[in-house]
Amino acid sequence: MKEFSIIGKDVPRTDAIVKARGAAAYTDDMKLPGMLHGRILRSPLPHALIKNIDTSKAASLPGVKCVVTAEDTPKIKYGNWRLFPETQDEYPLAIDKVRFIGDEVAAVAAIDKDIAEEALELIDVEYEELPAVFDVDIAMKSEAPVLHDYCPTNISVNRKIKYGDVEKGFAESDYVREDTFTVHGVSHAYLEPCSALAQVDLDGRITIWTSTQVPYIVQCLLASTLGMRENDIRVIKPFVGGGFGGKMELRTWEFCAALMAKRTGRPVKFTLSREEEFLAGRRRHPMKLHSKIGFKKDGTIVAKDLKIQLDGGAYNAMGPTATFLCGNFGAMLYRYPNYRFHGQHIYTNKPPASAMRGFGAPQSLYATEIQMNIAAEDLGIDPIDIRLKNAQVSGDKIPDVATISSCGFVESIQRVAEMSGWKEKRNSLKLGQGIGIGCYSFISGGVFNWFNTQYPFSAAEVRVFSDGTAHLLTMAADIGQGSDTVLKQILAEELGLTMEDIRMTSADTAMTPQGDLGSWGSRVTLMAGNAVVNAAKKIKEELFGAVSAHHNLNVIHEIECKNGRVQAKTRPDYGLSFGEAVALVQKANRGEPLVARGSYTPRGKGLVTPAFGFGAQVAEVEVDKETGLVKVKEMWTAHDCGTVINPRSVEGQLAGSIQMGLGYALSEQFVMDGGKTLNANFADYKMPTAMDMPLSHVTHVDTYENEGPMGAKECGEGLASPTAPAISDAVYHATGYRCKDLPITPEKILEHVEKTEDVGLESRKTLHCDLEPEPYKIG
Amino acid sequence: MKHRINFKVNGDEYSLAVEPWKTLNEALREDLNLTGTKLGCGTGDCGACTVIVDGKSVSSCLTLAVSVDGKSVTTVEGLAPSGDELHPIQEAFVKTGAIQCGFCTAGMEMAALHLLNHNPSPNEAEIRAGLSGHLCRCTGYSQIVEAISVAAETMKNSQSEEEEQ
Repeated sequence: MKEFSIIGKDVPRTDAIVKARGAAAYTDDMKLPGMLHGRILRSPLPHALIKNIDTSKAASLPGVKCVVTAEDTPKIKYGNWRLFPETQDEYPLAIDKVRFIGDEVAAVAAIDKDIAEEALELIDVEYEELPAVFDVDIAMKSEAPVLHDYCPTNISVNRKIKYGDVEKGFAESDYVREDTFTVHGVSHAYLEPCSALAQVDLDGRITIWTSTQVPYIVQCLLASTLGMRENDIRVIKPFVGGGFGGKMELRTWEFCAALMAKRTGRPVKFTLSREEEFLAGRRRHPMKLHSKIGFKKDGTIVAKDLKIQLDGGAYNAMGPTATFLCGNFGAMLYRYPNYRFHGQHIYTNKPPASAMRGFGAPQSLYATEIQMNIAAEDLGIDPIDIRLKNAQVSGDKIPDVATISSCGFVESIQRVAEMSGWKEKRNSLKLGQGIGIGCYSFISGGVFNWFNTQYPFSAAEVRVFSDGTAHLLTMAADIGQGSDTVLKQILAEELGLTMEDIRMTSADTAMTPQGDLGSWGSRVTLMAGNAVVNAAKKIKEELFGAVSAHHNLNVIHEIECKNGRVQAKTRPDYGLSFGEAVALVQKANRGEPLVARGSYTPRGKGLVTPAFGFGAQVAEVEVDKETGLVKVKEMWTAHDCGTVINPRSVEGQLAGSIQMGLGYALSEQFVMDGGKTLNANFADYKMPTAMDMPLSHVTHVDTYENEGPMGAKECGEGLASPTAPAISDAVYHATGYRCKDLPITPEKILEHVEKTEDVGLESRKTLHCDLEPEPYKIG
Repeated sequence: MKHRINFKVNGDEYSLAVEPWKTLNEALREDLNLTGTKLGCGTGDCGACTVIVDGKSVSSCLTLAVSVDGKSVTTVEGLAPSGDELHPIQEAFVKTGAIQCGFCTAGMEMAALHLLNHNPSPNEAEIRAGLSGHLCRCTGYSQIVEAISVAAETMKNSQSEEEEQ
């Protein structure tokens, strides 16, 4: 494998020092002269007609400078799926109707936050309450309340996938089973509440600083909803305090900040409260999953039929993508010769669900993995063995979707089994203790152009200077995952420079090259990384030519950028410093600066993604029989992310995904009643703390992804999936309670224990009857 | 009616007239422009707004500004007063990768400072307990725990060097 000087090395994040000092400015840290403070009025009802809005009292409150309702807007619908305009179902402010508690109705901008808050209470909204629906099964009935006139069925997206002959497959199976799973919604719970600050420039352009994952998408949709041109909007992403999918759309406060800045001529800032984030914020889709699967006696999968209903809440948001991806993830991990999927995205009167770390995979793979374990038990096969028997490998084709390129899945399963002492523990752990497995696969960015961008998916511009430095410009958005550092590493590696030699400007739609679709779906390292490599190669061609001419080199010489020099590979003395080489190129071009642009757009890569990451995880738990409390003691992870570019970042992503997965499995949920969220704060929304975290062991399976920059691909998002099924399987192993209805709460465990008494123990005995502890071979 | 308060922040003296409902978090962020201290929830649950008041770590979002009259406040900006060097806690956070999005960082560092002031050699369980009032969504806490144990070592070593001299 290629030797790198910066890739894979322990390079600290380049933004860490300013963050450690508290000097990194996030949107809410910014202040502009004359700035107004905005607040949003939200619907108190889950479903109602707006009969009248009277803003006069609010507008006349001293200190209030602007009040807007939908009447003050161009009333243009928006949504991320521009390719299919019929899916764009949202207005920045509600017109005629509200569809969930928290739906945005009006906004106020005032000279301070207290006055803005007071003004909200002075807005009189006359509602006529409508029947509401909170459950997908009821929402699909013909007599159910209809949320959107254009969609009388409440089913806004239908996605079908089919290959092979599923019915024939079931007929040929020795063992067929059907299960229904329900999974719940959880919050992204990024620590930084959303915030946006807008001002009007001298030429009428609006500049908006916003806590977003998708500067370019915000630019385009803000322009269209305001009735302006794309270039009339400049989006700048300051430091962002996490996103996890929750900040990947245009949102009402961004629209209102821009509109009100335009109307008042003053900068306007909106910052959400944590309560607003929990009450009305985006969330992971709750789903019902019906899965039927057929096996041969020896554990070979023959067919799978998966039907999923996604509880989308009141608007589509990123639901269409989640619906598509659920079907794609349902066919991942194992070989399914016959596969059928039907996904339905359903409107209910709840806050809209959207993208969240894993993007459909945590839900889809929960069903896959739990059902795999049930089948393994019924067929008398170890859960590890049944996975190895069916595991996807490099070169596998998923019809109409993709061909799997690099794949370390088999090795991941083998390693995690060995690391955790699987066979030994699966046989010897006492009642109340358990060990379980979950696996994942995930995408490295999407191929499907739902945003209908006319630009490359990712782009980079590289400017090099005779002082030996380089300036990297890209619209890619670092939201805390560390992409700025990774992209700098890639450029430094390509140009043979150090991290200190690279300057960077990122995520400013007026300054950085069009385009970039943003940070989601684990796309940045592969796509923006490839764009950086592409630009760097063009720079190198120029430098190589100059050095070659300067030293009158034989044309057969290979030239390289290394250690701050541009030199012949076999004769490093034939070379120049990087800066001297840049100066030579400039001289040859009458002073023109040396600049190159690179881009990446996946082509010929199927429908889903250019590359998949894989991995497996084992959890060991202890369950208190008296209280039903689950303590996750230890976790083992083996994963395949291609080349590791920044080891500390990869470790951090993995540990962070375990925190999120732990919360998803055991403690986090929205407690809702009649569309109202009852636990809209961190005291009642139980996110794991430092004291809840298990001991964790990680191993990277070496693979090299040909489509990725330096062999890299997805990392850290796929790992949102395996934790919940691994814990769930371990809880089953410990108690006999098989959770098909997340989260796994003490109540559910105790109810099971009471019902079954010692039956749990019996099921454990049969589970272990023919297992023998023997070490796994590492391939 | 506004109340006059006199207090020290990171060694500097300030005099402010504040509404009785103004929080210390608002006074720091809005009046003094010390925006290193964050606001993550406003209900004292996430720890992102933690500062030290007269040696005690407090949630600045739950502390009224009037209550710090005559007191001394340390914020993240006060950790390393010189422009060049980082405090050992900050240095350890940078080195171990304990910072991702960075929004919880200031609160975590103040928690670390408070912990190490009271317990210079904490074991892992004590570090985790010391962080239990702080939420992080990015790191899974492991590199933060590592950072604090690295910082504890550095601080102990520099202290014993000072004592030897």
